Amino acid sequence: MIARISLRVGVLVYLAAILLVPVGLVFWRTFEHGVGPAWDAVTTPDAKHAFWLTLKIAAIAVPLNTVFGVLCALAIVRHRFPGKGVLNAVVDLPLALSPVVVGLSIVLLYSRDGWLGSLPFQVLFATPAMVLATIFVSLPFVVREVVPVLREIGTDQEEAAATLGAGAFSTFRRVTLPAIRWAVAYGVILTTARAIGEYGAVRVVSGNIEGKTQTMTLLVQDSYDNYDITGAYAASVLLAMIAIATLLLMTMFRPREEST
Amino acid sequence: MAVDAAAVRAPAAVRTPRFAEVAGGGFIVGYLSLVVLLPLAALAAEAGNFEHAVTNREAVSALKLTLGLALAVALVNAVVGTATAWVLVRDDFRGKRIVNAVIDLPFALPTIVAGLTLLALYGPRGSSGINLAYTRAGVLVALLFVTLPFVVRTVQPVLLELDTEMEEAAASLGARSTSIFRRIVFPNLLPAILSGVALAFARAVGEFGAVVLISGNLPFKTEMASVYIYGRIQSNDASGAAALSLVLLLISFATLLLVGALRRWATRHDRQD
Repeated sequence: MIARISLRVGVLVYLAAILLVPVGLVFWRTFEHGVGPAWDAVTTPDAKHAFWLTLKIAAIAVPLNTVFGVLCALAIVRHRFPGKGVLNAVVDLPLALSPVVVGLSIVLLYSRDGWLGSLPFQVLFATPAMVLATIFVSLPFVVREVVPVLREIGTDQEEAAATLGAGAFSTFRRVTLPAIRWAVAYGVILTTARAIGEYGAVRVVSGNIEGKTQTMTLLVQDSYDNYDITGAYAASVLLAMIAIATLLLMTMFRPREEST
Repeated sequence: MAVDAAAVRAPAAVRTPRFAEVAGGGFIVGYLSLVVLLPLAALAAEAGNFEHAVTNREAVSALKLTLGLALAVALVNAVVGTATAWVLVRDDFRGKRIVNAVIDLPFALPTIVAGLTLLALYGPRGSSGINLAYTRAGVLVALLFVTLPFVVRTVQPVLLELDTEMEEAAASLGARSTSIFRRIVFPNLLPAILSGVALAFARAVGEFGAVVLISGNLPFKTEMASVYIYGRIQSNDASGAAALSLVLLLISFATLLLVGALRRWATRHDRQD
């Protein structure tokens, strides 16, 4: 009994010291003098621009990664082909790779003497490179959520549909897709959170041009570097609220997925 | 690269039309090539000057510090992560559901925000009175923050599935709780603990956002590998940056291979039961 309670207290103290107290403190500091100063800090033209750019990048990266994720999961679970192990490893790589290395790789590919350095439009230090970096780091989530569910549901129902004369596409639309929809939704939530929160890779490829290539996370760092603590805290709290909303969505979606 | 679109074949029962296979396979290969493989190939090509990573003193020092701290992070997470998973599964107290939800916060919170929040508490004008800015201890705390969920989330499902009958049998035969844990629970959890630890290690090796503010990036003291690479990029030394990047890339690949092997080991365990 004593061991159990001291273990519980130890774990809770660790969580408080590492996680809860720091995050709570930033919230408290931000709203210490009311909502006004924080609101002013996140509605400056630069902050608004950063907010919309972040959403724009996520709006491109998330749908692309969702389509790719579902197709890739189908290929991994339902098809046999040489090089599947390599495909698996490549899809997981963004989980283990430093975001700075991701950014550098994109810079090297699209820099002036890189292999794709003479494209007719600007890639580096502009939105395309930031979208590419975001796609790279948020690539695995939909795949990793959909693969286990596809494995679990098996092929019985799909085979039944095929026996009854359904084509491959209507089988996918009416049998497979409804079965994996919660896993896809969960993967989309994780992808979106990662896309909005990415910092390192985007910082390397963006050039961090104020009012041009600055996302929310870059704004946090820029405000901090310029001793604008109110601005840094306010933008951080906005991002933290998005993260907490993500957690709430995740806890809402998790049990449903398990019951299907 | 090695994924051959033309060789994609469906099992006999549900036939995917040929053109859909080719189009789907082509899309997957094209997408991965453009997003992942081409950039990494460009990195490998630039990193020709490989000696830089192993001879430049600052690079070596950054790499050593990174590996050392990542190992420390792995050890702390092995203990604390397993303890946390245990408390969440076997213990019962008010607010447990909230604690369970909060564990994922480091996954959802942007890393730069994590760094900033730690500075608010442990920074130069921090509220705790402890100043960890520009110290290795500060970097360690930042890495512990971002890696917190890995071991908890790999161990928790295994612990949930674990039947308590074996433990009860051992207890009825007079085994003490420490030896029950050591001889029955721990061996069952080991593959999950190790794969969580490996993922936390890989994450710590590559972490940038959470450490960039708190470390102060003092060469030979608090400069992490990712921050060193960023500094090389800023001073237009692409080959220096690429050399150390390639080392990090190899470490990531090796870790993923290890995690894959651990997963296969864990499932083989299940089948024997």
